[in-house]
Amino acid sequence: MNWWRRLWTKNQLEQRLAAELRFHFDHQVADNIRAGMSEEEAHRKARIEFGSMDAVKEECRSARGTIWLESTLQDIRFALRTLRKSSAFTFAAICTLALGIGANTAIFELLDAVRLRSLPVPNPQELARIQIRNGNGGFFLSLDDYDVSHPLWEEIRAHQQAFSGMFAWSSQWLRLGEGAQARRASALVVSGEIFSTLQVQPVAGRLFRREDDQPGCAAPGVVLGYDFWQSNFGGQHTAIGSRMVVNDVSLEVIGVAPATFSGVEVGKSFDLAVPICALSVLHRGDRSFQRLDYSWLIVMGRLKPGWTIAQASDHLSAISPGLFEATVPTGYAAASLERYKKFRLEAISARNGVSSLRAQYDDPLWLLLGITGLVLLIACGNLTNLMLARASARQREFALRLALGASRSRLIRQSLCESLLLASTGAALGLALAGALSKSILYFLSTEGDPLHLELSTDWRMLAFTATVGTLACAILGLAPALRSSHIEPGAAIKAAGRGLTTAREGFSFQRVLVVVQISVSLVLVVGALLFVQSFRNLMTVDLGFREKGILLAFFDMSRLRLPTGQIKTFKRELLDDIRSIPQVQAAATTTNVLIGGGMFSLGIRAGAVDDWSRFAWVSPRYLETLQIPLLAGRDFNAGDTETSPKVALVNQTFVHRFFANTDPIGKTFRTSPEPDYPETEYQIVGVIKDTKYFNLRGENPAMSYAPASQDPATWPSSVMYMRSSMPLGPLGAAIGRRLGESHPQMGTQFRAFQTHIEEGLIRERLMAALSSFFGALAALLATIGLYGVMAYMMVRRRNEIGIRVALGASRPQIVGLVMKEAALLLVIGVAAGVAGSLVFARTAATLLFGLTARDPLTFLAAAVLLAAAAALGSYLPAQRASRLDPMTALRDE
Amino acid sequence: MNPSKSDLPQGTLDLLILKVAILRPIHGYAIAQRLQQISRDALQVQQGSLYPALHRLENKGFLAAEWKESETGREAKFYRLTAKGRRQLRAETDNWQRLSDAVALVLQLAEGESS
Repeated sequence: MNWWRRLWTKNQLEQRLAAELRFHFDHQVADNIRAGMSEEEAHRKARIEFGSMDAVKEECRSARGTIWLESTLQDIRFALRTLRKSSAFTFAAICTLALGIGANTAIFELLDAVRLRSLPVPNPQELARIQIRNGNGGFFLSLDDYDVSHPLWEEIRAHQQAFSGMFAWSSQWLRLGEGAQARRASALVVSGEIFSTLQVQPVAGRLFRREDDQPGCAAPGVVLGYDFWQSNFGGQHTAIGSRMVVNDVSLEVIGVAPATFSGVEVGKSFDLAVPICALSVLHRGDRSFQRLDYSWLIVMGRLKPGWTIAQASDHLSAISPGLFEATVPTGYAAASLERYKKFRLEAISARNGVSSLRAQYDDPLWLLLGITGLVLLIACGNLTNLMLARASARQREFALRLALGASRSRLIRQSLCESLLLASTGAALGLALAGALSKSILYFLSTEGDPLHLELSTDWRMLAFTATVGTLACAILGLAPALRSSHIEPGAAIKAAGRGLTTAREGFSFQRVLVVVQISVSLVLVVGALLFVQSFRNLMTVDLGFREKGILLAFFDMSRLRLPTGQIKTFKRELLDDIRSIPQVQAAATTTNVLIGGGMFSLGIRAGAVDDWSRFAWVSPRYLETLQIPLLAGRDFNAGDTETSPKVALVNQTFVHRFFANTDPIGKTFRTSPEPDYPETEYQIVGVIKDTKYFNLRGENPAMSYAPASQDPATWPSSVMYMRSSMPLGPLGAAIGRRLGESHPQMGTQFRAFQTHIEEGLIRERLMAALSSFFGALAALLATIGLYGVMAYMMVRRRNEIGIRVALGASRPQIVGLVMKEAALLLVIGVAAGVAGSLVFARTAATLLFGLTARDPLTFLAAAVLLAAAAALGSYLPAQRASRLDPMTALRDE
Repeated sequence: MNPSKSDLPQGTLDLLILKVAILRPIHGYAIAQRLQQISRDALQVQQGSLYPALHRLENKGFLAAEWKESETGREAKFYRLTAKGRRQLRAETDNWQRLSDAVALVLQLAEGESS
């Protein structure tokens, strides 16, 4: 029989054992009677000879070799019974643990998805991203400082030797379908080698090959993302070979990417992929994607066997001069080109894909993980206190069992068993909870304009993390009571229980330490919460320098109107006049650059001896009025500023400070340095405006200059408009959209409230403020409950003492004072330790803060006062109860 | 206690049980009786040692057990020596023989010297 079968047939075994011994006993009795004894004597003799039947049974059981398992099962059953008996405690403990572990796991899950997980392709450690070392510093028209232009990508591919395969990609929105059914689809624009380099296999049809991406491809195919295939083609293989209309061009579906492949960027997915060469077809012959000064591609490669990232980086750096020399853009000033030629390439590991999320959320997520970890610590502290109290109440039971011969290890095991049950149930529930929590955080972070798609699946890292957290929680919970119970002196405990007048101090000291730790940790969290909330409030209320409320942003795409270049400006002017004629629109103006998060555009500026740069945008007249930017001197643009009139500009205070040393600049001139599409031009300053925020809410306001839209040298077939209205913006946008849909059905229009646009840039800050204040409040609450619990427990232990004090004439306030003094001491030590901890915490959070220093003294004071108030409340209640103690009941009561 | 009864050295009980069980399947009470009988009452096995020993030997696979009717018509647990137990018995017997010879030798020599 196997040991486990014995375990399951334990009842039968027990019966057999009893029967076997009984058989022996009965035979003995029968023999004794045969030997001439009376029946009574025979029984007595046999019993004496046999000894203790139970002792023999126990020996036999242990000889069976399954005793350890049986007693463990017994311990678990016993623990279950004890926990069931105190169901309120069990419920509270499991809920606390599930929440704590769940929150930790959820944050870890996000961190895992954003940062730790490798790309789901074979050998991801061989992948590298090739980029310009330290970025291009805003040199080009670039999506990102580290991106690469198409000609440069072709040069790299032609000359590198470190990679066995390379590919370039970017993402953009394409229009899917025709007419009223048209909608946006997120597309990957990829070079032909992407799938072979990543070693991704199709689930249907075929994926792109290098031949699919040749210059001038007339009939490019399209590869579908798995989810898009499922939702639009029902996962049918008939999709292959069918045609779909993308940007008014009919493309053939050639294949479907596997479900695991959602692109190379973390947090993004794609509906369809098209080869780079398709762009000129999709954008009506526009070949600007091949421009030398347009950086928009992310280049990645798979290392040849034996090559390391560092070697590849050195190799790329060595061949850089030739590559950049061969791709020098035209139209720039000579000095700029010198800078261009000095750029160097480098390779960095792309094992985890590329991610803008990572840079943005790395610090916040680690910080949140720390915060949730501390909350769990406080929660465990509370539970430990409760477990200790329960252990003390059972001290006599333990003492009795020790006296009866139970081993100390058995007692420890039993008490660990209880915490193990609590922790594992809590961890299991926490794991289930984590999925929902992380999904809601993700939902919170996703915006309409920037949807997030993270693969939030339970992987081994997450399970290992949960198990570790659960084990730690179990150890914290179980160890203290277990050690306590094993130190019992049975004799003393049985005699002393409940009768001592004053209790021994050492029994409490551990609980006191726990409370001090809880107070200090929760102070850290409260400080953190206050810092983040204030920081968020500062950002929300920061003076932008312009009005964002009641402003509707409109984006117009006129590329499908096929206007001749000469007519674009006229069309834009007429469109603006049309919008202005709507009675609900109080003011409207166009710009080439949306403020806050809308991109950056700068030009080199020379004014007198000063050679520097300034942000630059071309705006229509009444721009200042629409955004309510104060004009400090001079005049606004007007209808007299035309394409042919003298070039004029408005500049801000920082511009005046930087180029004119704060002297009156009106009437003075400056020259821009040339860039492609933007030839060198001399502008005369006609007005000075107040500084405004530009791209970011943080940091200094940059030098800024505006020129009239009529004098914009570039004519893009798109436009951005600000409209001010006192009407609700949603309906207004819808009404304008309908109106324009009738007059210009071919024009793409999109509306957003300017305020929403700005606030979406603050999601990270809002997340930190919301979560840290939630956890901070939770921590303070838990610490208060902890203090209350310990004080209440001490009062119970000191009933006799307090009873005597009252009997001897102590007044109520004296008793309250006695208790409060005790609590105050714990509070002071806790706060002192907490301030020290908070300083460390605040230093790590410093980069995420805005408008206050990490050591903001008021914040620290407020946190301490808040916590002290909560703690005072927590200890006043038990003190109050103690002072009402009737000495007679207290003393009579055992 | 009868002073003529000897305490069994550690481990010898297992050997004796295996030896008694070699002839035919036998139940616990009969084993105790046989040991007492063969040793002419010199060995009286305590139930407190006998049954744990039986269970231990069964657990190790030296004995196999079976419930069947005893001579009195009552169901009893009969122990039977397994092939593995037979090998063990042989090894243990050799072992015991060597040990007792060695002890006897030492005792004789020591006697010879002292006389």
